[in-house]
Amino acid sequence: MKFSQSETQGDRGGEAFSSDMEIAILLGQGCDKTAENFVRQHSPWMLAVARRILGNDASAQDSVQEAFADAFTNIGRFEGRSTLKTWLHRIVVNRCLMVLRSAKRKAEEQLDELMPQFDGHNCRIEEPWPQLLPADEICEQKQLSTMVRGMIDKLPESFRIVLLLRDIEGYSTKEVASQLELSESNVKVRLHRARAALKHLLEPVLRGHMS
Amino acid sequence: MKRLGFWKVMPSFSGMMMRYMPLMITCRQFEDFIVDYLEGNLSSKQKLVFEMHIKVCRKCREYLAAYKRTVDVVEQTAVGDDQSEGLPDVPEDLVKAILAARKL
Repeated sequence: MKFSQSETQGDRGGEAFSSDMEIAILLGQGCDKTAENFVRQHSPWMLAVARRILGNDASAQDSVQEAFADAFTNIGRFEGRSTLKTWLHRIVVNRCLMVLRSAKRKAEEQLDELMPQFDGHNCRIEEPWPQLLPADEICEQKQLSTMVRGMIDKLPESFRIVLLLRDIEGYSTKEVASQLELSESNVKVRLHRARAALKHLLEPVLRGHMS
Repeated sequence: MKRLGFWKVMPSFSGMMMRYMPLMITCRQFEDFIVDYLEGNLSSKQKLVFEMHIKVCRKCREYLAAYKRTVDVVEQTAVGDDQSEGLPDVPEDLVKAILAARKL
């Protein structure tokens, strides 16, 4: 899910904001009906986000439950500077990141063999690209899009999570750096390595050899 | 004596050109600018140098196109997750557990 700059900065129309603020106020007052509607409206996409990050349905459900608990506890702090959805998105992502941090990480395989190659003159070694399939053509084919998701999951965790937050969930480099407690330059390096590795893994798909 | 083909000679020539001509960078240096180029974070001089390299280096030009296509595919895959395949059904017991925990 991508957020537009205007949505994250909170300059949407006043009407939508007052609606979000009204919901927040009712939630703060303990209105059961509003709480149920709130959970039913937002839990599907929150579960989708948690599954993407954690890759495990049970952990994703736990994270969504904990995210709602955080949201109900902190609803009084919602100031309407963003939409409720943006606010909730950050909460569920933070919950998922906590799960990833606490999980015992598998030894991270090196990405070096998937990185671009250069010759002795620092010139790129790259096979010619006579054909490059359009992205929508790739994503329309269920088999190929499943393969793409499988390739993303193959990336080592510290690279996969940066790619996911930046390119899929739509956070800025600065926001990703803050969420992962990394420097912005470190985020950029990881993002570049993740994209370069994925490009290498996806080459047969991008070249149209798999369609 | 075996004659070297044009494309056997060209890589080393272009490597020399990238190293010694003013405002030219090597393909390895080009690599370091890609993320900032795509985010629009390069200074006007850096952008000029980056784009000059793209003009003279077919391999980096094609590499960048494939790199950008990879990013597009990743973004569209996620959109497909949320739209064409639909959002997941949330188990009713999860909804109830969330609402019950709120009252504790």
